[in-house]
Amino acid sequence: MTNPKLAVWKFASCDGCQLSLLDAEDELLAVAAAIEIANFPEASREVLPGPYQLSLVEGSITTPHDAERIQQVRDESEFLITIGACATAGGIQALRNWSDVAEFTRAVYATPAFIDTLDTSTAIADHVTVDFELPGCPISKQQLLEVINAFLHGRRPDIPGYSVCLECKRRGTTCVMVAAGTPCLGPVTQAGCGALCPAYDRGCYGCFGPAESANLESLVAEWSRLDVDKPTLIRALRTYNGYAPAFRVASEQLEDSR
Amino acid sequence: MTATRSVYGREGMTAASVLDRHDFDHLISALTEEGYQPIGPILEGGRIIYGPIGSSSDLPIGKTDLHDGGLYRVIDRQDYALFGYNLPSDSWKQYLFPPRTLLWSANRSNGSFTVQPAIEEPPRLALIGVRACELAAIAIQDRVFTGTHPDPHYLSIRERVFIVGVNCVQAGGTCFCVSMGTGPELSDGYDLVLTELIEGDDHRFLIRSGTAAGGEVLSRLPLVPAVPSDCSNAEGLIATAADHMGRSLDTDGIQQLLYENPEHPRWDAVASRCLQCANCTMVCPTCFCSTTEDRPSLDGSSADRWRTWDSCFSLDYSYIHGGAIRSSAKARYRQWMTHKLATWIDQFGTSGCVGCGRCITWCPVGIDITREVQAIRTEEASHAHR
Ligand code: SF4
Ligand code: SF4
Ligand code: SF4
Repeated sequence: MTNPKLAVWKFASCDGCQLSLLDAEDELLAVAAAIEIANFPEASREVLPGPYQLSLVEGSITTPHDAERIQQVRDESEFLITIGACATAGGIQALRNWSDVAEFTRAVYATPAFIDTLDTSTAIADHVTVDFELPGCPISKQQLLEVINAFLHGRRPDIPGYSVCLECKRRGTTCVMVAAGTPCLGPVTQAGCGALCPAYDRGCYGCFGPAESANLESLVAEWSRLDVDKPTLIRALRTYNGYAPAFRVASEQLEDSR
Repeated sequence: MTATRSVYGREGMTAASVLDRHDFDHLISALTEEGYQPIGPILEGGRIIYGPIGSSSDLPIGKTDLHDGGLYRVIDRQDYALFGYNLPSDSWKQYLFPPRTLLWSANRSNGSFTVQPAIEEPPRLALIGVRACELAAIAIQDRVFTGTHPDPHYLSIRERVFIVGVNCVQAGGTCFCVSMGTGPELSDGYDLVLTELIEGDDHRFLIRSGTAAGGEVLSRLPLVPAVPSDCSNAEGLIATAADHMGRSLDTDGIQQLLYENPEHPRWDAVASRCLQCANCTMVCPTCFCSTTEDRPSLDGSSADRWRTWDSCFSLDYSYIHGGAIRSSAKARYRQWMTHKLATWIDQFGTSGCVGCGRCITWCPVGIDITREVQAIRTEEASHAHR
């Protein structure tokens, strides 16, 4: 029996998520034994031709060229999983979606005419069918291994959609919002990080995007009670996952109510 | 020893003695010598939590806690009380029913597999500072985990536990144990029970045993017999705590009230505020829901099965073939509150709520179970009079 072929693709991103795979030092050998790493430029220069049974896609779509390239990737992939905030929600670069990209281009580049870019940064699922989305900025190494493991065994990945608060309480962290009045996005953010920030006395930044039934309206009201002003609230919602629908709607409502 | 009249007026318990504050560390060392790992309130990052304690200096000396809906603060007291707070953010559930437990491991060989139970000899824990509501919560979890389907993991920890209860001499802002009939005084189920008495520089503990194991530890301590005024002081303080509950909940006909109002508009109102974050269930000392996680190795040759705290607020929790049966926020909040206060009684013979107030304090938006019940009750009454 031949092992399934894995390809890792990069779009507009920082490489941090695919590095999570290389970072899985202890498990990497087991991964390499179970799956043929056929196309993973970060790990090896050797590129084997498709089709690929499993594609991990990192990054968002920000150029006309990438909008075409993702179609090819989809054609060559049996199972396509997007990894990270860029691929699942457009990433930090989705901040451009609320700005004038042409103006940025003029300000930054000596010859703006050479720049061929889209007005928006969007999630992969906005362009092609995606089989599973793994959020996070960056993704959790354990969750990535779980997704690969589930793929190998033909089962549904065990990636809970509930909030960071469950992880926060399980690890015995005292809630920073209740005990210190520190604004925290944990109640509306999907678990996965292990409640890292609250464990260091900070509020959650929302790296893993909206939780399954995030109630943004109630959380926004609570942050306001904690004296967070509107611009700060909007910035908090537009960080790593600003264009994820639940966060996007909330920040746009705030903007409209200005 | 013949049963004497108890200090708090009940028959059948041993007489109380007095342990001086300066001798409190004898209690901790006696427990350690008996082979227990003492766990009690500690101050960490300015908050009170339960953790391992080595001596009385680890306790939150001179600190107290303020509780309100979605609000908790630790502030200084005017004295050096060891147990001058009400309740920490975590509960003893963290120890008796840990957030994550390895249940068993399986190994595949020759087309079949063998299962190895995760047998771990748990440490013997001495829980120091167990409040009346908390002991009631432990008794409730005992019923859940040792009933029809005894849980070996819970049992192995629980059987080895030594309980040092501490009566409440003040009530917290979200406490309502009086309404639930669980406190503020411990009635039974403890090995030792203390009441902290502070009058100026005179700092003592009224102490009494409830079991033979407790008596054993008592016999190792430098005690003096209690005088009647110690006992009446303690009674007075506990009575004051009972009179100053931060919250109250009218449990009269509560099952009928909730069963008859599944579509009450209040459920929609609370659902619009509820974050679905599950904090209430995580902090509740009686909530016992869990999920199982299978963690197979990449090559499929072995797998571990874990049990992890879950919550009725998570969508997957009510997932039955094809989808979640409680798909709305309203359905999930209603499920939680109705189970706590009503269906729990059908299921286990007692309420699932002990009135500790944790779900109120630790709800980030301050949703208050006592107010929700009151709202349904009043609005129902106004409907009835229409
Ligand atoms: S600190 Fe944040 S993540 Fe943790 S329980 Fe509180 S609100 Fe939730
Ligand atoms: S429902 Fe709330 S008040 Fe009742 S036992 Fe649970 S946490 Fe305590
Ligand atoms: S009642 Fe409060 S703590 Fe419970 S899920 Fe809703 S917002 Fe979270």
